[in-house]
Amino acid sequence: MRYLPQTQKSRAEMLAAIGVASVDDLYRDVPKSAFIQGYARIDNHKGELEVERILGAYANENQPAGEGPFFLGAGCYNHHVPASVDYIIQRSEFLTAYTPYQPEIAQGTLQVIFEFQTMIAVLTGQDIANASMYDGATAAAEAALMAMRVTKRDKVVVGNALHPHYRETLATYIGNQSGAVLTEGQPDPQTACVIIQTPDFTGTPHALAEWRKLCDETGALLVVVVNEIVSLGLLPAPVEADIVCGEAQSVGVAMSYGGPHLGFFATKEKFLRQMPGRLCGMTLDADGKRGFVLTLNTREQHIRREKATSNICTNQGLMALAFTVHMALLGEGGFKQLARLNHEAAILLADSLAKVPGVKVINKCFFNEFVVELPKSAASVVRELAQQGVIAGYPFEDNRLLVCATEMTTDTDIGIFCEALREVL
Amino acid sequence: MSDNLKYTQEHEWLKIEDGNVAVLGITPYAQDALGDLVFVELPELGRKLTKGEHFAVVESVKTAAEVYTPVAGEVVAINDNLSGDPELIKKSLEEGWIAKIKLSDPTELEGLMDRAAYDKFTASLD
Amino acid sequence: MVAERKIETIEKASSMNMMDQTRGLNYEENLLWEKAPGDHPGVDLPAPQNSTLRTGLAARSTVGLPQVSEPQVLRHFVRLSTKNYSIDHGFFPLGSCTMKHNPRLNEKVARMPGFAHIHPLQPESTVQGALRVMYELQNILGELTNLRGVCLTPAAGAHGELAGLMTIRRAHELNGQGHRKVILVPDSAHGTNPATAAMCDYTIRVIPTKDGGRVTVEAFKEALYANGGDGKDVAGMMVTNPNTCGLFEREIIECADLLHKAGGYFYCDGANFNALVGKIRPGDFGVDVMHINLHKTFSTPHGGGGPGSGPICVNESLRAYLPSPVVVQDKDGSYHLEGVDERPTSMGRLKGFQGQFGMHLRALAYILSHGADGLKQVSEDAVLNANYILSQLKEDFYVPFAGPCMHECLLTDKLQKDVGVTTLDIAKTLIEHGMHPMTVFFPLVVSGAMLIEPTETESKESIDRFITVMKAVAADVKSGDTAKFHDFPLSAPRRRLDETKAAREPVLRWKA
Repeated sequence: MRYLPQTQKSRAEMLAAIGVASVDDLYRDVPKSAFIQGYARIDNHKGELEVERILGAYANENQPAGEGPFFLGAGCYNHHVPASVDYIIQRSEFLTAYTPYQPEIAQGTLQVIFEFQTMIAVLTGQDIANASMYDGATAAAEAALMAMRVTKRDKVVVGNALHPHYRETLATYIGNQSGAVLTEGQPDPQTACVIIQTPDFTGTPHALAEWRKLCDETGALLVVVVNEIVSLGLLPAPVEADIVCGEAQSVGVAMSYGGPHLGFFATKEKFLRQMPGRLCGMTLDADGKRGFVLTLNTREQHIRREKATSNICTNQGLMALAFTVHMALLGEGGFKQLARLNHEAAILLADSLAKVPGVKVINKCFFNEFVVELPKSAASVVRELAQQGVIAGYPFEDNRLLVCATEMTTDTDIGIFCEALREVL
Repeated sequence: MSDNLKYTQEHEWLKIEDGNVAVLGITPYAQDALGDLVFVELPELGRKLTKGEHFAVVESVKTAAEVYTPVAGEVVAINDNLSGDPELIKKSLEEGWIAKIKLSDPTELEGLMDRAAYDKFTASLD
Repeated sequence: MVAERKIETIEKASSMNMMDQTRGLNYEENLLWEKAPGDHPGVDLPAPQNSTLRTGLAARSTVGLPQVSEPQVLRHFVRLSTKNYSIDHGFFPLGSCTMKHNPRLNEKVARMPGFAHIHPLQPESTVQGALRVMYELQNILGELTNLRGVCLTPAAGAHGELAGLMTIRRAHELNGQGHRKVILVPDSAHGTNPATAAMCDYTIRVIPTKDGGRVTVEAFKEALYANGGDGKDVAGMMVTNPNTCGLFEREIIECADLLHKAGGYFYCDGANFNALVGKIRPGDFGVDVMHINLHKTFSTPHGGGGPGSGPICVNESLRAYLPSPVVVQDKDGSYHLEGVDERPTSMGRLKGFQGQFGMHLRALAYILSHGADGLKQVSEDAVLNANYILSQLKEDFYVPFAGPCMHECLLTDKLQKDVGVTTLDIAKTLIEHGMHPMTVFFPLVVSGAMLIEPTETESKESIDRFITVMKAVAADVKSGDTAKFHDFPLSAPRRRLDETKAAREPVLRWKA
């Protein structure tokens, strides 16, 4: 009961002030049949120590990345997070604030969003970015819906190897729209957008000029999905795109078994009013001081209701803060250096794996992730290596394994991985 | 008061030019309800509208009001100046119109209110 | 070129601010890009070997990021943080948002390496503890709602609404009822309800609630059987209960029965579950589907606007159609994520991975801490606190719908606005007095709404101070002392901000 300040005395005083005999009198509008008799069938309250023991025991049943060599990526990446990031995001003023609807007392959150929007815009080579989305998959789905609104067309084309979970999420969202079609290949004059992931799901980076040309010819929008945002420190900015969206978990955010992560969404200024999600803008206060507010709210559900650009009414605020702090620490030089270190770790991994008998590196080009072909079922290799404490990668198409290296990957990790592979193959 | 305009219950005014073109804007009543205007979304030129269709959006900070056409027809002119300065809507008929619609069926005008009827209508709302 | 002139004004304002305006502990803070760039970053990384690239593309030369040292970064964000109000500062009666205490134990648990550093695609044998967390939370939420099919994936309340409506849609489609295209929504609903229905390609039919603040059987029937229909075109209804006026929908069981007879499903927006948790089960008043905002009822921090988490709970009739994945337990006692291939009736995948797991953990830590006895006390104290406020302010402010209320109470500015003091002014006055305002201008069914949700984690002293301030406002307005209200806040980090300017000439990013 440590979270409850009321006392028996204060409760009694308040009931008397209201003029009722018991708290159940306040529930008189509720049908009797809906009340739980006594207590719900869960345990009674526990102290902090007991809760920590119970959940600590569950945590110990897991095999986290720090405990052994780790080569899994596939849309969620194991990167280092500087200590300052977690310190900042645990400050009460950020952690326990609400959405900044009262800007006079929310300038901290608002300026962070403004800086986040700026960072995403410069990283993606786009004009503007929103305050963030749930995750990369839903950001891609929202991008497709936006393209359908802009072009008034209802065909969405996946142009290359999109993350399978993004593809499934897209199918779920698009499936809601009557007449909408989701297909693979190239855009045609009925196409609302073509979606290109870069690096694609198998790790290959893509040039965009040809896709831009196809889009210009057909009137489709070019949606570029990036789910390893660190790649933007080494690969060219996707300036050709009309929308760039994806996942920014790699900077500042723990993997945390799949969430909370950090979807981002950037586009050209001309599409501003079709954009989903929160936006923060600069303005002045009554004294002429610079300040920030949430703006262009008329796109959103609390005003437009059924005509809103999306039903979304949160952003991943705290994750956007973590990203902004981490990115501020990295800065221009550190971010590019981090990207290069990731690429170099992957090169070392590729060259080492190529020497393991039976292992074939499939990618010619990659950033920090690539596919190897194994002489046996990749899923069974992953299981066998997990028993030895090695998280090997993402198995698919029977004998293919998607592996990833980051700045966290050591030479020793790579050595252990190759040795373990030699044994099981 | 009287003028030569027609009015709708959605607070639009229509001025008829050359017998078959309706110039359309929103009334001071709607302008007051919206407050400071920040954006006007205009229709595309040449768009064919059915009666009752929404063809423009007038936005303030907290509200987005859709503008409906009470008459069917084709959009033959739009007031581009509103894109740069939405507050022009409040200035005058000459500066604040939103679109001109070439009527498909001029008899549709017959059901609309004149100034006296509209004043009575707005008085009943308060 | 009005726009350019005004942006210049912002620039002038900012340079003045940043140089001259810091006083005492009130720091002005410029943007990261406005700081003198350093020649090295705020992290030390190993030097790259500059090996030949294998990206197949040219290396990017510039990005456009700022560059400063670690102490500068810390100072920047700490100074920014001091401009925020938060639940740890004080009273935060934001109706419909449940701004309750956020226990730090939850934060500690979420940062245990065994939870923070596991990957969503790891072999399931290596994440049994995480799956167990999800499985137990599913069971507990099922128990608290009496809706036993639970999917934790949705990332927020609005995402939960989408999940819930799509579950309903999937059920109809697979049962030959795909022609049902109408969702009934009361006019008092959150904006997300109609927005979600539209995203699902449903049309909205509004149930008017105006007079009593509630959905009556009569009004419900009119909506259900509109245009002489038999209700067979209705896919379902979305009702928040307690509703957005802070009232329990008294006739909800009768409405649900009629809806069920017509073949529709009852979606309950669970935003206001804090009035019921541990005491009343929505599954027992006719609900078929409900989302739960873990960031409201179950104390996960709002984080300045997210992350949220919006699991959905459904009854047996809809369990087969839930989004994928859900956690299931195998015969040997181990857990796994049940994919679409195992349950082809599922409405599909909603998100990249299995949900906001960090929020699931925090919610479970909160539930274990409170237990069944604590949760019941949570809802009782939440309802008691709201009714206490209502009882103390009902003479000073207009009460559109008579109480008792549930966990939040609704007032309006009807008694004040005629002398020119509006809900907005009252909200800004609360800021001046060091409190966060209530929810203003929502619900839309009354003019000048003030929706006050104190939550159970406020002491009587804290609530009494709010009451004192509100009574002082009412007294000042009555005595004609009204001019000052338009200027508030005077003591906050910023005065009222020009939102019209922000919307007319959007400046959404820093530019050199």
